[in-house]
Amino acid sequence: MNEGTPAIIAEGLTKRFQSFTAVDRLDLRIDRGEIIGFIGPNGAGKSTTIRMLCGLLRPSAGRASVAGFDVEHEPESVREHIGYMSQKFSLYGDLTVRENLRFFGGIYRVPRQQFAERMRFAVAMAGLQGREDALVRTLAGGWKQRLALGCAILHRPPILFLDEPTSGVEPEARRRFWDLIHDLAAEGVTILVSTHYMDEAEYCNRIALIDRGRLVAMGTPGELRGHRLGGDLFEIACAPLGAAVQLLSGTPGVVEAAIFGDKLHVVLGAGGTSAADLPRLLTAHGIEARLPRPISPNLEDVFVQLVSGKQEERAAP
Amino acid sequence: MNARRLFALAYKETLQIWRDPRSLAIALLMPLMQMAMLGYGVSLDIKHVPLCVYDQENSQQSRALVDRFVSSGWFSISRTLGRQAAIRDAMDRGECIAALVIPVDFSRQLATTGSASVQAIFDATDVNTTNIALGYAEGAVAQANAQIAAQWAAAHGIKPSLVGQVDLRPSTWFNETLDSRNFIIPGVVAVILALVGAQLTSLTISREWERGTMEQLISTPVTALEVMLGKLIPYFVIGLVDAGFCLVSAVYWFGVPFRGGIGTLFTTTALFIIVVLGIGYLISVRIRSQLGASQIALLVTMLPTTLLSGYTFPIDQMPAPIQALTLVVYPRYYVTILRAIFLKGSGLTDLWVPLLGLTVYAVAIIWLAARAFRKRLD
Ligand SMILES: Nc1ncnc2c1ncn2[C@@H]1O[C@H](COP(=O)(O)OP(=O)(O)OP(=O)(O)O)[C@@H](O)[C@H]1O
Ligand SMILES: [Mg+2]
Repeated sequence: MNEGTPAIIAEGLTKRFQSFTAVDRLDLRIDRGEIIGFIGPNGAGKSTTIRMLCGLLRPSAGRASVAGFDVEHEPESVREHIGYMSQKFSLYGDLTVRENLRFFGGIYRVPRQQFAERMRFAVAMAGLQGREDALVRTLAGGWKQRLALGCAILHRPPILFLDEPTSGVEPEARRRFWDLIHDLAAEGVTILVSTHYMDEAEYCNRIALIDRGRLVAMGTPGELRGHRLGGDLFEIACAPLGAAVQLLSGTPGVVEAAIFGDKLHVVLGAGGTSAADLPRLLTAHGIEARLPRPISPNLEDVFVQLVSGKQEERAAP
Repeated sequence: MNARRLFALAYKETLQIWRDPRSLAIALLMPLMQMAMLGYGVSLDIKHVPLCVYDQENSQQSRALVDRFVSSGWFSISRTLGRQAAIRDAMDRGECIAALVIPVDFSRQLATTGSASVQAIFDATDVNTTNIALGYAEGAVAQANAQIAAQWAAAHGIKPSLVGQVDLRPSTWFNETLDSRNFIIPGVVAVILALVGAQLTSLTISREWERGTMEQLISTPVTALEVMLGKLIPYFVIGLVDAGFCLVSAVYWFGVPFRGGIGTLFTTTALFIIVVLGIGYLISVRIRSQLGASQIALLVTMLPTTLLSGYTFPIDQMPAPIQALTLVVYPRYYVTILRAIFLKGSGLTDLWVPLLGLTVYAVAIIWLAARAFRKRLD
């Protein structure tokens, strides 16, 4: 791979399943050593995009190159340069830790002199010392995922695709997993990782927000946080939350109302309902409410806004 | 093609077979069970074989013999005939598959010489049933003999064992070359190898799709040819072991004479195993569920092997269009070859015609199988 060329380029990348468009004219440009987070709701097209970039699905339109190789026409060259962890756990459950590592070491033709060392590294990384001979299906989620990562990087690929590597993994194990990702990035590995967890978005160098196959926004967490919400953000404690969201969504001046944990986040535009009006409005409809508190937006607020804004835009014409 | 990757794949597959009870059962238990079941006849519990009786004498003793056939429950009299020629008609019409002819001097012979012959004729189109019916007939006659001997000995005051008795003269129609087990067992071996071989490989690719491991595997630089060979090599070894077991038990368990050469047997068997493994693999690539793949494999191996290979239904007894059809049915070549090696001691050069058929098949299947696997999800 040439030093100067981006690790991953996509131009108008599109995937259609029959008449359904799962990925719609996606443009990406990812540099070496970056950690890119793919964020988006279920069915947004994250996995489909990653599969196209790994040469597993043929693009319906557009093109993409990974490590300088075209994913459609040179998939084998692409595969020599990538590591991939699919969304579904995909090591061999009926093989032991050691046997899985041996298998992928053989498949990737890891030089024999280095194999023992890399296997030790992968086992240590997964925290599986002493359990080398355990059947993989007997391991808990976090260990499985770290082992899968270990298998995917045995051959030291310059580019890694991780499709929801931390889903279903407990928080402590998730943090450890992200430490590993940062260690790899520090060595110059380009990592594209998809996730459902908003807090994980903060760990990425840049975030690609995907919704219904479209790239809605892309930038550093800081850039995205600075994205104009179209009003001021308030937090308000109230109950029941569902009724409150329904009520406020139809109120003039409310740009956005969404549930965050046990509270409500409300974006108020200029010249409509004011923050001081909110408790009165809510209590008038039988909803208990405290005083609203102005807050600075976090990434999730931005995503909610971008994604729902998109929906309105589509529904309009 | 890379030896390291090939080895990694073959080794992994071997471990998986070893740890999968279902694969192990198919590989090791199925040949044993099938050999016992098919070798001894699929339908051991046939009852009431339709029997035509042409009793020329119609004496008390001849009727007693007929009663022996009926009272056992093995035979039911479907018709009583008045002349020899009627037997042929009755069999043609399917009214009976066995006929008993008792000569006009039956009881006189028994009384004067202590022995008499009766003729039993079998419709041998279905070799299995014939063998069983033949066994029943012998059983019925043996029972009759015990009684006759006791009576005769009592009447003449000598030991029963010295008495000559009713002698069953069986003849088989429609399949004159029928040599009971010797003829069937080589076919049984072919059936078992086809069944086991295709069943095992039919699971190998679909298992990876079902468990989700395939997506990982095809994201690596492994080639389609490596996947195919890596998966087939362990099954090829298993196939050879199974073949060895079947062939050894054919000789030592069922007593089929082995007149040919081991080399010839090995070469042709290896070729046949390649064909059935290739077919199973092809199915596995196409059908992504294990259950579906194994059922299709059962269909495409058992149907042609049992019906059209000449294993039970002799090919030269089939209608001409069906005979032509058997030319494209791969097990027929192996069944023909096996019989020739076992019974006639044929070598590779004698067998060049079926060998060519099998080779063409093997090359075509492997060619198709090597091209079938795509490293794509769509
Ligand atoms: N092989 C396929 N055939 C038809 N539709 C498909 C296929 N694969 C995916 N889809 C559809 O494409 C859309 C995008 O799916 P994709 O798996 O890429 O989403 P995702 O962003 O990864 O979602 P999740 O977070 O649930 O994993 C979904 O609506 C899905 O149903
Ligand atoms: Mg997904």
